[in-house]
Amino acid sequence: MSVKLTTRQVGDVTVIDAVGRITLGEGSSAFRETIRDLVAKGNKKLLLNLADVSYIDSSGIGELVSAFTTVTNHGGVLKLLNLTKRVQDLLQITKLYTVFEVFDDEAAAVRSFA
Amino acid sequence: MVKIQFAACERDSYMDSSNDCMARLDQWLASTLESVDLAEAEVTRLAAESGFQEDEVFKIGMAVREAMVNAVVHGNRYSERKRVHLRVAGDAERFVVRIEDEGDGFDWQSLPDPTAEENILRQSGRGLWLIRSFVDELKIEPSQPKGTALELVKYRR
Repeated sequence: MSVKLTTRQVGDVTVIDAVGRITLGEGSSAFRETIRDLVAKGNKKLLLNLADVSYIDSSGIGELVSAFTTVTNHGGVLKLLNLTKRVQDLLQITKLYTVFEVFDDEAAAVRSFA
Repeated sequence: MVKIQFAACERDSYMDSSNDCMARLDQWLASTLESVDLAEAEVTRLAAESGFQEDEVFKIGMAVREAMVNAVVHGNRYSERKRVHLRVAGDAERFVVRIEDEGDGFDWQSLPDPTAEENILRQSGRGLWLIRSFVDELKIEPSQPKGTALELVKYRR
């Protein structure tokens, strides 16, 4: 199964709920298109909920980084929410914890955009 | 089962022991993303059957996935004329996966550190780094007559 993405609005923050795997192929391209679409529509506060993402490979990590760069270059902010232990480990190994702001509480994450 | 000639199996005096490094899988795969999924699933199954714990099985599977992506995408460049040779061997001490492509090879020694500040926002270049993190040993060498071979070794603890 590749990744399925749905978006919802919490105040002025767009929460993207991801379910599945973000890997090379369908998963990473679906993810890229969703982020580009949201940015094109002027969404500047994005919170990516990875609670139900069971697996991310190096291509998926690349897409997270690319999303971060795209959103930042358009004057927006992308933060991460609810990482599984394995995704946390991946961010640790790749030192991307130094890049992403990560939350495990949605309300606190939303407040942090204020 | 046949004895498999993996470098990791030949080290030490291991070949003299009664518990030889036996082939568990030997497949030629097309240069497609379906092959990446297939290899990951097959090796994950074998690793689990070999008695590795869930977390270790996950790491082996992920390392294999990254090595297969490397072979299919960067090595064989999805070519229909090139295949990937996947072999798995195991014994009481180690679990070995060898993945060889038929590509033009690459200079793995000059790959930049993806965690360095100047590279941290690069979209690609983390595959080998992840493989090294997930297995106990990674050997990279030119494959004959052409291509690159990645040999991944995981020791039983």
